[in-house]
Amino acid sequence: MIAADPAYIRLHPLLVRVTHWVNAFAILIMVASGWRIYNASPLFGFRFPGELTLGGWLAGAIQWHFAAMWLLAVNGVIYLVYGIVSGHLRRKLLPLNPSAVFRDVRDALRGRLVHDDLSVYNAAQRAAYLGAIAILLALVASGLVVWKPVQFHALGVLMGDYEGARLVHFFAMAALVLFVVVHVAMVLLVPRTLPSMFTGRVKIKGGTT
Amino acid sequence: MKRRTMATSLEDFSARDIASLQRRLFMKRGLSLGALTLLSGCDVTNRDSVQKVLNAMSRWNDGAQAWLFDPNRLAPEFPESAITRPFPFNAYYGVEEVRRVDAGTWRLEVGGLVREKKPWTLTELYALPQTSQVTRHICVEGWSAIGKWSGVRFSDFLQRIGADTTAKYVGFRCADDYSTSIDMATALHPQTQLTLRFADQVLPAEFGFPMKLRMPTKLGFKNPKHVTALFVTNDYPGGYWEDQGYNWYSGS
Repeated sequence: MIAADPAYIRLHPLLVRVTHWVNAFAILIMVASGWRIYNASPLFGFRFPGELTLGGWLAGAIQWHFAAMWLLAVNGVIYLVYGIVSGHLRRKLLPLNPSAVFRDVRDALRGRLVHDDLSVYNAAQRAAYLGAIAILLALVASGLVVWKPVQFHALGVLMGDYEGARLVHFFAMAALVLFVVVHVAMVLLVPRTLPSMFTGRVKIKGGTT
Repeated sequence: MKRRTMATSLEDFSARDIASLQRRLFMKRGLSLGALTLLSGCDVTNRDSVQKVLNAMSRWNDGAQAWLFDPNRLAPEFPESAITRPFPFNAYYGVEEVRRVDAGTWRLEVGGLVREKKPWTLTELYALPQTSQVTRHICVEGWSAIGKWSGVRFSDFLQRIGADTTAKYVGFRCADDYSTSIDMATALHPQTQLTLRFADQVLPAEFGFPMKLRMPTKLGFKNPKHVTALFVTNDYPGGYWEDQGYNWYSGS
């Protein structure tokens, strides 16, 4: 009925909306508890402010991190299987043309990127969303090596064993946090995209109310 | 798996003491400000249920790690040139409080589900066949260091004392009032070692003289130093850090 309303277009399938918010919640827990774990033995010359971390102390942070990892992983598998089998990922995120990405990012920085049809992702969005998926896969792979360097040794060889995997895990976290900052900033710039992530639909510009 | 909850491990205290202790424990190591922000909307009693879920997930993770553990997969070994020097000291106390154990009076007591309960002297342990390993020690804090450890293969020792290797746990008590426990599969792993030497020298006091347990398949805090007693059991023995919330299995 809603979808049939000519003033609205369907934007996000229910499964994508649910997995999006579960993913956001899981990432919040993983990053906040991960910062507390980082603080126990910093890789670099700084610590994250304690108020931004989760868990209270190292054991608590580890409990949060290794509980939320299941949420992140199971949710991610559901999203990816759905996205691949239904064709959602291919339809929405492909093809990805590098020169179009460059053009759209440049236009976006100049404030000129047009965003009329919310049902079609521009090249900058496609690159960002595919990038977020790739970053999350790198986080899971490096996280497995940090968690179980002996059992996942073959995977660890690809990233320089345990200590290499710690670095990959840290920089992938940094990249993901950067993505989240840009993503939220973009939502603030185009606020009408936010309700659609709950309702799944968006009002057509100039459509009847 | 039988587990003691915090409440039953504190059964000597009155209910009011426990409530106040749990509150203080919560203040000290419970949810941080960040967690409170995250859980805003939940009332105070819900924090206990959150902790229950986290404890349940930690036990689930014990099972997941036991399932992932391959008893035949060896931790990588390194050339001696890769050894970390100086090797870091770590314990629940500072290096100035390291226990000095007297080699002459020290005995290793063995108990529980074993056939030979005779205590062992250091000389007797030195006389057993020895093996060496250069492996990575990974601390739960995140840092790691490579060292060389030598001693008696633990599975050989368990066989020698007639341990029931179908039992679930091996527990350890230490001269520095530390304690921990491990699963039988890890106890029987070929790289699990009753360590008597570090870097080709008699095990120094700060690394657990006269004997420690070395397992490259578990995090550092699972490797007890200054071991004075070990016992084989089917009752979950817990441990110093484990009883405070650190994940029990903590495998690599």
